[in-house]
Amino acid sequence: MRIELEKRPRVSLLFSVLSPLLALVLTLVFGAIMFWLLGKSPLNALYVYFVEPLLEVWSLHELAIKAAPLILIGVGLAVCYRSNNWNIGAEGQFTIGAIAGSILPVLYPQWHSWIILPLMLVMGMAGGALYAGIPALLKTRFNTNEILTSLMLVYIAQLFLDWLVRGPWRDPQGYNFPQTKSFQVEAVLPEMLASGRAHWAFVFAIVAAVALWFMMRFMLKGFEVSVLGQSERAGRFAGFSARRMVWFAMLLSGALAGLAGISEVSGSIGHVQPSISPGYGFTAIIVAFLGRLNPLGIVASGLVLALTYLGGEAAQLSIGISDKVSRVFQGLLLFFVLSCDTLIHYRIKLVFSDVRTVEAKG
Amino acid sequence: MFEAILLTVITASTPLVIAALGELVTERAGVLNLGVEGMMIMGAVCAFATAQLTGSPYLGLLGGVFGGAAFSLLFGFLTLTLVANQVATGLALTILGLGLSGQIGESFVGKPGIKLQPIAIPLLSDIPFVGRVLFAQDLTFYLSMALVFGIGWFLFKSRAGLKLRAIGDSHASAHALGINVIRTRYLAVMFGGACAGLAGAQLSLVYTPQWVENMSAGRGWIALALVVFASWRPWRVLAGGYLFGAVTIGQLHAQAFGIGVPSQLLSALPYAATIVVLIIISHNRRTTLINTPASLGKPFVPDR
Amino acid sequence: MKKLIIALAASAALLGGFTSGAQAQEKKKVCFIYVGSRTDGGWTQAHDLGRQQLDKALGAKVETPFLENVPEGPDAERAIERMARSGCAMVFTTSFGFMDATVKVAAKFPDIKFEHATGFKAAPNLATYNSRFYEGRYIQGQIAAKMSKKGLAGYIASFPIPEVVMGINAFELGAKSVNPNFKLKVVWANTWFDPGKEADAAKALIDQGVDILTQHTDTTAPMQVAAERGILAFGQASDMIAAGPKTQLTAIVDTWGAYYIKRAQALLDGTWKSEQIWDGLKDGILTMAPYTNMPDDVKAMAEETEAKIKSGELHPFTGPINKQDGSAWLKAGEKAQDGVLLGMNFYIEGVDDKLPQ
Repeated sequence: MRIELEKRPRVSLLFSVLSPLLALVLTLVFGAIMFWLLGKSPLNALYVYFVEPLLEVWSLHELAIKAAPLILIGVGLAVCYRSNNWNIGAEGQFTIGAIAGSILPVLYPQWHSWIILPLMLVMGMAGGALYAGIPALLKTRFNTNEILTSLMLVYIAQLFLDWLVRGPWRDPQGYNFPQTKSFQVEAVLPEMLASGRAHWAFVFAIVAAVALWFMMRFMLKGFEVSVLGQSERAGRFAGFSARRMVWFAMLLSGALAGLAGISEVSGSIGHVQPSISPGYGFTAIIVAFLGRLNPLGIVASGLVLALTYLGGEAAQLSIGISDKVSRVFQGLLLFFVLSCDTLIHYRIKLVFSDVRTVEAKG
Repeated sequence: MFEAILLTVITASTPLVIAALGELVTERAGVLNLGVEGMMIMGAVCAFATAQLTGSPYLGLLGGVFGGAAFSLLFGFLTLTLVANQVATGLALTILGLGLSGQIGESFVGKPGIKLQPIAIPLLSDIPFVGRVLFAQDLTFYLSMALVFGIGWFLFKSRAGLKLRAIGDSHASAHALGINVIRTRYLAVMFGGACAGLAGAQLSLVYTPQWVENMSAGRGWIALALVVFASWRPWRVLAGGYLFGAVTIGQLHAQAFGIGVPSQLLSALPYAATIVVLIIISHNRRTTLINTPASLGKPFVPDR
Repeated sequence: MKKLIIALAASAALLGGFTSGAQAQEKKKVCFIYVGSRTDGGWTQAHDLGRQQLDKALGAKVETPFLENVPEGPDAERAIERMARSGCAMVFTTSFGFMDATVKVAAKFPDIKFEHATGFKAAPNLATYNSRFYEGRYIQGQIAAKMSKKGLAGYIASFPIPEVVMGINAFELGAKSVNPNFKLKVVWANTWFDPGKEADAAKALIDQGVDILTQHTDTTAPMQVAAERGILAFGQASDMIAAGPKTQLTAIVDTWGAYYIKRAQALLDGTWKSEQIWDGLKDGILTMAPYTNMPDDVKAMAEETEAKIKSGELHPFTGPINKQDGSAWLKAGEKAQDGVLLGMNFYIEGVDDKLPQ
């Protein structure tokens, strides 16, 4: 028996809707089996994992906090990837954005003005964009592969942050521990609602997603991104410049990653410390693909992925499912979603005969 | 002391070289598998577990190779049979691998490891300096060298290698020529998985004979970087791997000598060096284009 | 030490103690949050062993749920809040990086008791606890000076925070009390947890001629390397004798269990108070693994020093002590203040390294 794919004449609308549901069902079935094998009640485990985190207001706030950076970075990366530029260093741009945005509150803790927060956000975006500009420059100027350079720059950014907070930026009153002074009130990104601690980063994420969706759908720039992404040659005939596109895509994704970085530091942490991201920049790559590189899809996939983190914690705490099992479960979910998406573009046929028809091709 | 440093560099570089060579073959066939870290850690835990259960580090090595290859099949099924996106699947493979290996290894934590002992090659190992450095190593080192030669020969001298590169350059034309694209790619993915598994086995049997969660600590990512750094040439993988190892070890020695540079700066050196060398290699557009597999990362569905 | 006893929030404790009868029969939840994996072989594993001891000792009255691999930052705040909301009566947050998150959540839940390891911010319902690891390091230094033929030891350090710098200084002080010319080489691995890198650091130090190794990182990899190369070494956080039966001289073992039992009992009795606790060898919060692989006279010396530290006769940081540049720090007989130790950012004389600033 083997599996054959047959390309659908056009994208299946039915399966565009059905495939995530199918993936969910498969995950639930496999998850139930897994939990049952581990001696846990499958229904209870799945309830704790997927439903419990959605029932309380504070938990919804936490969901928004966790999803915001994933969505912000993810939508930027989606545009980047669609233009065939492979920025996988968003984690580094996130870090540099956080650092650049924190310059004002760290160096001028006495400055109390409303203007400081907008300036921080702008500086964060500029920092992320500039850092993404390095691989862009190397790619356009020396033809250096951006996958590698952007990845290497992640490590350098993290070590730079580490050096900063253990050295020059260290809080003199902090017993020598590696973190900066807490930001002044004016430099903290405010919360959206009184009912929890979700802050404006989530709004930024939604705005960015809608704006980029609009751009990709209705604007010439979006068309340019798609054309150049599919074929540089075709783009050139249309008068688009691949070189300028490298800059546009990298700077855009870098700026959004930088915005995510400064929002996270200002809104969720309140000071700079050696670890500011549990790998948001990398997880956002998965989020981008789960959302099929569509900005609105990424909002959904960012929320789902954030839910798996929250659910994993809930499951650890209330039914003693280990952190490793949660990660395996998360991996399974990703695999099912990715494989079910095949159905959108292809029909899957099971071929039972072993006879191969060898076609002669010229 | 130079000799001792060299031996340390070899141990640190070998897993990078092996994993990168495997990924090189995978990428030459046009498949980009970003899940090296996940396959490596699966190899490490399978190798450790096999060695513990059988008492033999050599069976352990084999366990690592099989573990890595079997795990890579999951990636193969998704990306080759179901044509899922390779970048996302690779990243998901790493998440799954880190979780699964932790689960498998839970009962092996804290057990004293079984070390793969060096094999001194008679006569050759008696040569002063060179003998002790090159001919009194453990099996994984010899395998890494054999892989460099073997893959170099396979890719550029053998018929099968020519076909594999043809697939990487243009799967459509290769298919038209009657080459079975999917089967070859499956084999290439599994070879990459087997190498990553072997590299993981080196970690848990040679480098630091023990099992702890996340013990690969990012080496799979460095291996990935090495492939591009080497512009898909086995010899350059070897050179790059050793350069990386040497800078890493060198900065530790610089510290022990008491050179007063921020340690973070020293730790960042290997990454900065990689970028610089990369720029030097790639500024010549033509050589890069010749070596880059043109259909890297693109899905392929044979039309019938 | 000067225990800062912060005013007891009596009303809150009473309210917590006398809830409805049905709840009183239920087990109390004493929760733990870990930064690493509970099987990491080092820091987190030591805390988890403590949790298991608590479970064994008071299992009839308490439950001990935990969360592992929680990254420091906003995730920590969420995880701690989840614990607070899931009915935990007491939460131990076991990493320095959880400090601000613990402070924030503690402020929101005044009826729940929080305990934060190794931090310096307290509140009426938030205690801090730490261990005087440096006492053990001092003993190790003395042993090293006796056992080293070259008078040179290697120290694999993680990050230049006060805790680690304090340990390096204590080690050197102990060594110099035996051999005034003793030298110490330091390599910063810039990681708490990377077996390969720790092994590389160990090899680098041995290649530079040290014949005793000690570490302030979490895995047994340096111990394994020392065993292979046939030199002696000290274990960290857990007894690492299995990794080097012929290599380990002793190890500083974090034995948090006694402390956890004591505090959970106080919670059950309704006598819990917010304190800033910095316990040492005498309190059992750290213990020395058996002194092995050394002659009897060295062992006797180590045991004597341990006894003196326990009785309070000996404080490792007692003057005269000079700073690395030769300037005076402590006068003869003067003891270092806890505040200075907790913020230590300078080396003492004899450490052969430049402290990363």
